[in-house]
Amino acid sequence: MQASTLLLLTFVLAVVAYGLGYSRSRALAMPLGGIRHLKSLPFYYGARAALWCIIPGLLVLGMWAAFQDKVIQMLVIGSLPAELVPDTQGRASLLLSKISNVASGALPPGFVEPPVAEAAERLKALRQQSQVYMTALVISVSVLAGFLGWLRIRPRLNARAQVEAILKWLFFACAALAILTTMGIIFSVAFETFRFFGKISFVEFFFGTNWSPQTALRADQVAAEGAFGMIPLFTGTLLISLIAMVVAVPVGLLSAIYLSEYANKRVRSTVKPLLEMLAGIPTVVYGFFAALTVAPFISDFAASLGIEASSQSALAAGSVMGIMIIPFVSSLSDDVINAVPQTLRDGSLALGATQSETMKKVIFPAALPGIMGGILLAVSRAIGETMIVVMAAGLAANLTANPLETVTTVTVQIVTLLTGDQEFDSAKTLAAFALGAMLFLATLLLNVIALKIVRKYREQYD
Amino acid sequence: MNTLNTTVTSEAEMPEENVVPVQEEKPAETVIEEGKTVGRPFADDAKFKLRNVEVFYGQDRAIKNISLDIGRNEVIAFIGPSGCGKSTFLRCLNRMNDSIDICRVKGSLNLDDQDIYDPKRDVVELRARVGMVFQKPNPFPKSIYDNVAYGPRIHGLANRKSDLDDIVENSLRKAGLWDEVKDRLDATATGMSGGQQQRLCIARAIAVSPEVVLMDEPCSALDPIATAKVEELIAELSESYTIVIVTHSMQQAARVSHRTAYFHLGHLVEVNETNKVFTSPEHELTESYITGRFG
Repeated sequence: MQASTLLLLTFVLAVVAYGLGYSRSRALAMPLGGIRHLKSLPFYYGARAALWCIIPGLLVLGMWAAFQDKVIQMLVIGSLPAELVPDTQGRASLLLSKISNVASGALPPGFVEPPVAEAAERLKALRQQSQVYMTALVISVSVLAGFLGWLRIRPRLNARAQVEAILKWLFFACAALAILTTMGIIFSVAFETFRFFGKISFVEFFFGTNWSPQTALRADQVAAEGAFGMIPLFTGTLLISLIAMVVAVPVGLLSAIYLSEYANKRVRSTVKPLLEMLAGIPTVVYGFFAALTVAPFISDFAASLGIEASSQSALAAGSVMGIMIIPFVSSLSDDVINAVPQTLRDGSLALGATQSETMKKVIFPAALPGIMGGILLAVSRAIGETMIVVMAAGLAANLTANPLETVTTVTVQIVTLLTGDQEFDSAKTLAAFALGAMLFLATLLLNVIALKIVRKYREQYD
Repeated sequence: MNTLNTTVTSEAEMPEENVVPVQEEKPAETVIEEGKTVGRPFADDAKFKLRNVEVFYGQDRAIKNISLDIGRNEVIAFIGPSGCGKSTFLRCLNRMNDSIDICRVKGSLNLDDQDIYDPKRDVVELRARVGMVFQKPNPFPKSIYDNVAYGPRIHGLANRKSDLDDIVENSLRKAGLWDEVKDRLDATATGMSGGQQQRLCIARAIAVSPEVVLMDEPCSALDPIATAKVEELIAELSESYTIVIVTHSMQQAARVSHRTAYFHLGHLVEVNETNKVFTSPEHELTESYITGRFG
């Protein structure tokens, strides 16, 4: 049986165990005078039986699935004639993929040496065998454990406490999974970053003003020596983010003020979702809007003023990115402004202040820390944005502050460094990880600051 | 001297509203005649002339045909059980109900013979003349100085910094807060105690030199000592301001006010000199309320 079918079957068994546990607890309760003489509700006895059934089953299934390939490979390699046994790990994996290709039918057996074809046959047989063993083992473990769980149901058994404890561990495991994944990403990036700095010096990376990551692929190739200065990339990122914020902050903030203070309920309930829809548009759609509509418009307009502008520009990418970020700013600011207590508004209005005076002098200063937090979150979103920049700002790493020139950003360079066929231990590909680590640190820092500010603000009114 | 004998006794229209659902021992047949207020609702030298005032929240009639005068430099207390409309009525006097979309006000409300609800009326000017202090102290999250200076600044009451300093000092003195805060005017107002905050709000309200101060349960969030201070302050302020105070504490109404108005389910049941209301109420609902049978 396939592992997926087996998984399904384990769940079916658990459901059966639930039903049996439930009815057994009721049956035990009846002579005592009803389910109120049970320590827990019948639901918990059923759930306990189901958990007893499914957890050992899933554990066995998971272990088997994790180790079966390794064990089978060892057996196959071990059975090869001595002259074919590979001497290095690289050769071993080459040979194994050859064998499994023959086994799956991708490679006709006639194309390979007879011992390899035999090994492929053995591989097939072992796999079938393994599946049979696995099926038998998982089903018997599930049934046995479920039966034991069912058998131990007593009226005095506190099934509820046990179920709650198991669920607590389950929730913990889910939370741990998310954290472990993040840690894994961080460590893999950090590891590659250290390898990068083994090839390129810190000084060149952090202070170099030239970015052209072309390295020779072969030792004898004639190629330009690569330059890995990250400054033009970070200035490009900052330039585009700055343009985006110049667009997003005033528009977002003012629309938030309109929505929270001036708009009546009907307008608010239609405009707010519409505005938030902007955040739901895929960035690639923004990207071609920027590349095909905004960028040409900007270069034509600049040309009509007699200013030279390239067809792809930081301004085009930044302004479209700003539009994309408007809902972040407006939605967060709207929430923060709404959180300012009504009593402050009343107090100001009762002194004869107009609505705009109240907004300007009382609500806005009170909401400012929260608004700053929202803006910083939007900045980290802008820094991480890639697609719009790829399409509208170009790839040339210019060190410039002119928004009409083409620039590139950290994220765009990561994409171009890692797409296509790449050698994975060259400085060129490792540079992507170093850039990623720097970007991660920058946005992490921004997020920490933003969350700190937001939290501090919350404490003020609660 | 009930000079008002307006309109309908609406037995037929809305019988269920006329039968007052009070507690069991109270006979259910106590009838409030709409628009009929016993006692002395009118004054000779009226600051506010309020006639046939009705307030609607959507379809709900929260204030039912109330007529009342509020005299110049008088302290009048509004008392009554929760939800009887006394706060709603108070907020009509400086149009604080405007910010509630579904709220409509009918009838004629005049301040010094000028219509408060005239569409051409400048609300800013009205609120500068009719200040308000709220139930919960609501100082702005600014310094003590900026809180008091807020009103004078937006109304341009001071030409120079020294003028503003004078206004702030005078207001804080009147609110009895000057000696406590004169050394820390730059400290943030939210760090003060509740009683100090409320007196700061009073200072803030009188800094724009209003003619009337409305107080919506100003002491309900304060401890007894702070309450005593605020009450003392009200007595002093009554020399120069007209004060309307909503309160849940009958002792407070008895201590600070000249006249007391008893509200019940949106009706104004009885208005009279405070000592009369508390010693010999004319309406049986007033009597039940002040003797603590409900509310």
